[in-house]
Order: sequence, then structure tokens, then C-alpha cells
Amino acid sequence: MKMTGSQMVCESLIREGVDVIFGLPGGAILPLYQTLPEFPQLRHILVRHEQGAAHAADGYARVTGRPGIAWATSGPGATNLITGIATAQMDSIPMVVVTGQVARAAIGSDAFQETDTTGITLPITKHNYLVMDTEEIPRIIKEAFHIASTGRPGPVLVDIPKDVLQEEAEFEYPDSIDVPGYKPTLEGHPAQIKRAARVIAESERPVILAGHGIIFSGAYDELRELAEKAQIPVITTLLGISSFPDDHVLCVGMPGMHGMAYASKAIEDADLLIALGMRFDDRITGKPSAFAIRSRKIHIDIDPSEIGKNIPVDVPIVGDLKRVLRKLNKMVKPATHLEWIQHIDRLKREHPSMYIRPTDKLLPQFIINQLSKATEGRAVIVTGVGQHQMWAAQHYMFKDPQTFVSSGGSGAMGYEVAGAMGAKVGAPDRVVWSVAGDGGFQMTMAELATMVENRINVKFAIINNSFLGMVRQWQEFFYQKSYVATQYTHNPDFVKLAEAFGMLGLRVSDKTQVMPAIEQAMSYDGPALIDFVVEEEENVYPMIPAGQSIHSLIEEPRPEEVVAR
Amino acid sequence: MMTNGSPPRRTITALVQDKPGVLNRISSMFRRRGFNIASLAVGHSEEADLSRMTFVVEGDDSTVEQMTKHLHKLIDVIRVSDISDQNIVSRELALIKVKSNVQTRSEIMQIVNVFRAHIVDVAPDSLIVEVSGNEDKVDSLHELLKSFGVVEVMRTGTIAINRGAGSRSKRAGRVDWGEASSV
Ligand SMILES: Cc1ncc(C[n+]2csc(CCOP(=O)(O)OP(=O)(O)O)c2C)c(N)n1
Repeated sequence: MKMTGSQMVCESLIREGVDVIFGLPGGAILPLYQTLPEFPQLRHILVRHEQGAAHAADGYARVTGRPGIAWATSGPGATNLITGIATAQMDSIPMVVVTGQVARAAIGSDAFQETDTTGITLPITKHNYLVMDTEEIPRIIKEAFHIASTGRPGPVLVDIPKDVLQEEAEFEYPDSIDVPGYKPTLEGHPAQIKRAARVIAESERPVILAGHGIIFSGAYDELRELAEKAQIPVITTLLGISSFPDDHVLCVGMPGMHGMAYASKAIEDADLLIALGMRFDDRITGKPSAFAIRSRKIHIDIDPSEIGKNIPVDVPIVGDLKRVLRKLNKMVKPATHLEWIQHIDRLKREHPSMYIRPTDKLLPQFIINQLSKATEGRAVIVTGVGQHQMWAAQHYMFKDPQTFVSSGGSGAMGYEVAGAMGAKVGAPDRVVWSVAGDGGFQMTMAELATMVENRINVKFAIINNSFLGMVRQWQEFFYQKSYVATQYTHNPDFVKLAEAFGMLGLRVSDKTQVMPAIEQAMSYDGPALIDFVVEEEENVYPMIPAGQSIHSLIEEPRPEEVVAR
Repeated sequence: MMTNGSPPRRTITALVQDKPGVLNRISSMFRRRGFNIASLAVGHSEEADLSRMTFVVEGDDSTVEQMTKHLHKLIDVIRVSDISDQNIVSRELALIKVKSNVQTRSEIMQIVNVFRAHIVDVAPDSLIVEVSGNEDKVDSLHELLKSFGVVEVMRTGTIAINRGAGSRSKRAGRVDWGEASSV
């Protein structure tokens, strides 16, 4: 059948199961937009800024596991996507981005709104394409989805010149894929899996480090089976949060820079680390040469280049976690590790990192704790970057898989608004709370308009400390409280702002009002925002300063009686 | 040239798609991750639409292992082999333009003969010498010709191939589990 390039893009997206597109038009991509009415199955959500489209596609992908879709025009439209694409690349989020490009004949001439989009996005995509032939569109879109969503997922960008969108060609959707340079290893080497089982049997003090890979692979049951069968405590990385229930007896929580002291200490005391779909990021290892030096390491990951990249590994296994764990679980011997688990329980008692000090002041930790109770640990929690992100990771008790949505590797402030929008579109039946910083919120808050317009029912908890809080904390700890360029002396009135956007706006500065406000926001039929005016100079504890080891751990100073307990 | 202080060199070959932008993807990855390339040569391979590249890289074992894995991770790269420890033939071609006059010409020709190089162009005040061989040989000739005044040097970078009939893909690289996979 003959079709225009634009029709081919839409038809191909439908064949790949796409239902939602986040985007904003412009000249180069206009032919594609003008074709949309012919494809009513494709819902397009018009954002206010392309960064919002990219983060929303990312948030959508994180809760559904399916590639998120973002569209933008050439030049500034494409460059506005960059933060969102880089965020997706760092956290391995499947995404297919379509950008318009100037017509083929104009490429290289510095034409109006021409940017070398494939050049700019080369290091921040899993792969990208510049389509120079209309009839190649179906093959390229099919490849883009395949590459984005298999192996270690990631964003794929397809840049299409305007005249390629306009031209007609024969449409034929391929039913197979031939990318000879791309064959992810899924099964895991049998001899290595056997070795892993043996090493686990020899271990007296094993811990599992569960990362984002568990979520991509959907290996929740397999992880749980491994942990329970051999009684192995489970530590979850920041992006591994919600891969294992926080209320499980074997859950030890998050380690690292702002992780639970007992989780970091358990890593230090362990004789075996079983690293599953994680990449020994510097926020976890601190100084790599001092990290977990007494333990052997089993590392299972689908990306061979992650193995041995930061930390030497004794048993490397390349493969898909679900498949590898299924085989491993069959070989693992039941064990109890009673002494080791008692040791960790003792660490938990001696280092109560989750402790919230009693005070009449409004503490961010308390707000998260209340939010966790009000939603019974079952909401999707989307965060920005900074102190509030760490408090959300620490104090929310996640019960369901795939419910913690946060920019980990990139640490992109502003993610909390548009990321939450995408998450709610992807999971319309779940309660979605954005735990936002007053700083990050203001970076992308234009998308509130998009949410009101499209009835995307997100609830916002702004942890408003009038500071770029995490940076202020570093200034307090490492620069003698010299608060250079971190204080907002005049933030907007967030309640009025919410009202101006057409949302419910509430303000809470009193501890007793936290729960009632959360309940009111949740019972409101539509997007709502609570401005929590919190303690300005509250710090996130524990903290291991950047590049240091567990021996430099700083814990919250506590009153005598708590220490004595 | 291998001297004591410099990092060890290894020879890596890659079979890649012959498409626009592939070289850019590869060089961008090397730059971004801070890997050092001593030389790089590209040309058509025995298979249509595929090019073969030879990299001479610098780094310790774990760095080179990371390099090969990251090369392999690129979608347009089909096969990567670290052939340093194998029985290989490696060659580089150089064209060296050297100053010469009636007095020095025969002396230069003697040196050129010793190296089994050729003189491919003669001008009144200069000669062009063509030499092929491994990197050390080309370096030595260049060094010797310097005393006459080297005007310009063009080098292709090293290309390398295994001896015997075996194909590269059959001989595992040093990384036993990274060879067949990418993400
Ligand atoms: C786009 C971007 N710019 C700068 C930073 C550096 N940074 C990290 S945390 C932080 C402070 C965030 O402030 P806020 O959003 O109010 O959250 P808080 O730390 O106060 O909870 C900054 C500026 C960043 N992560 N992202």
C-alpha cells in the first residue's frame, strides 16, 4: 500500500502497540502532526515544553515497562528534549523519540531550525537514526522499538527530514528484524551459574544487592525465591527500590551515600555480594578501592560492559535476570544464616537510620512517613532530585513492584513534575504522588497546565524548604555553612499558583495538618498540590561524603535517651 | 614504539557496518570514555557492506577489556576481537618525503634498500620513500631519515590479520563471556 512517510510513522507506531505520544509540533514535524487525525488510536498529549514530553515518556515507560514516545520538531524542539533523553539513557529507560528535521536538500546548510540532532544525541541514546529514505521508515521504527525495549533498554531517537515525511512510498511492515550487531545474551553461562550456586553455598554472610535490572526483567518472584530459599538479606539500590517489598523481613533497604547505615554496614561485613542488575554506581561504592573488600562478588547483568567496570567480580554472569535466577534458584541450597541475620538485626538496632526525632516542627521525613501510611505503601511515588528524593527513598514503605519513579543516574531536577505526568498516564488506576522539591518543581511546573487540560490526576507534595536543599546541605557540611546561591528568598505562592492552573492548592505548616491535607488532596477529583512548608535546614542522614568509605559515615546526632535504648 | 614507561599496546579488530556515521559513533565512544587510540585504520572487508577496522590501543588489561566491550555494545559493530596474543601479521604503510641533493641521494637509497623500502618519486631537492612493515620498522626508518631533513610523513596506521586459515570470529578474544553479546 502506498503511504506518506507521516502515515508510515503512525501506522508503525500502532503496530508496535503505542497508545500515547507526548509532544509539541513545529515546522519540520508538522506533516507528521497533520496526519494524526487519521489515526484516532494514537492519543497525543500536547506538553508545554519538550523536556516535559521526554520526562513524561520516561515516566510512562517506568511504570508500564513499555517504550514511552516523545515527538518534537527540529532545532530547539529537539534540543529541549536533551535532558529527558540523557535521563532515560542513564537509567536505561526504553523510549522511542521522533524528531522532525529540515528537508534533505537543506541538511548541512545551517537552514532555519537545523541542528545535528543525531550528532548531539549520539552519546545519550542507545542508538539513533537519520532517515534518508521514506520506504525505510517501517524497518527503522521496528528496529527502534526492538533496540529500545530489549537487552539493556534505552532511548532510541529517529530523526526524519520533513520531505521524507511528505513523500509517498510503498508501506510494508517487516515481520522480522535483522540487526547483526545486536544480539543480547539472555541465558547466562551454565557453568558460571553453577559456580554461583556453589559460592552461595560456601558463604556465611551473603547479601543480595537488587538493582533496576530486577524491575526491567520482571524478576520479582525469582528474587524473592532466592532470598527466601537461602535466607539472604536483600539490599535495594536507589532504582532497585520496589523490586523487593520494603516490609519483607529480609529487606535491609538502600545503601550508599544516603542509604541506611545498617545496609552499608551489612555490605561491609558480608562475605559475599550477589549483585543483580545493578552497576556499582559511585553513590553506592564511594571509594571503589575501599568498597566491600572482604567479600566475594557474583555479578549478574545483561550488559557485559557493566561487569568489572567499577568493581572486580569473582563470578560474572551475563544474561537476563529472570532466566538466570530461575536456573540459579534450582541449584541454590536452602540455608538459614541465622547468626548473620541476627547480626544485621543488631546493626538495625544500633543504627536506627529510619528514626524520626520527636518534635513539633514540620519535618520532611514525617511527611513521607504519613504519605506512606495514607497510601498504605501502594502509591506510585515520583520524585525530583535532592533531599526530598532521599527522604522519599528512605521513608516510604514500598509494597508493590515498579512504584518508585526517580531520576537516579542523571539526577535531573524537574523530573518530579513531568515524570509524574507520564507515570499517571501509564498507570491511570494507581494513585500517583509526586514528592517534589520547591527547586525542581519550578523547573518544569508549566506541565501542570498539561495535566489539568488532560485530566491527569497527579497529587503533588512540595517539600518546600526555600532552599536548593541538598546543595545547601553540602555547603553546611563541607563549606562552613556558606550558603552561596542556594536560598530562594521569594518563592511564588504555590497555593495560588495551583489555583491559577486550575488545581486544588493546600498549604501545611503544622504537623497536625499533614494527614488531613493528604486525605483532602486524595479525595479531590483532579490534580492537587500541597505546599508543605518544612524545616528549612533539615539534613538528610546518614551520609557518606562523596568518594569516601563506610568509615566516614555521618549519622544523625541524637538525644541521649535514644542512643541508650 | 614500546618503551618501558608507556602503557602496553594491544591490537583490536572490529567488523562494522559500512554506514554513514559509524566512525563518528566509535570515535565518540572512545573520546567519551577516555580510551586512548594509538592508531586506527579502516577499509572494506571481504563481506559487502561491512568494513574492518584495526585499532592499536593503549591501556592495561582491564581498560582494554572495557574498550572491547563498549565497542561491541555499539549497534553498528558486529564483531570485536582482541588479537594481540595471537599469531598475527601486522603492517603499516608510510610515505616519507625527505630532502635530498646530489650528495645525499645515494646514501638515502642505501638506507631505503636496507629497509626494503622504495623510492616512488624523485624531485631535484626531495625524494618520496614508501615503506611498509610493522610500526617499529616504520619508526626506525623515519628516525634514520630525520638527519637528511624529513619534510612530510603520511602513515596509514596499523592493519593486522591472523596467520593461517582460521576466521577471526572462531578465535575467542581474551574476554570469554563478552564476545558474543551486546546490549
Ligand atoms: C537540573 C539540575 N540542576 C542542578 C542540580 C544540582 N542539584 C542537586 S540537588 C539540588 C537541590 C534541589 O533542590 P530542591 O528541588 O528544592 O530539592 P531539595 O534538595 O531542597 O529537597 C541541586 C541544585 C541537579 N541535580 N539538576
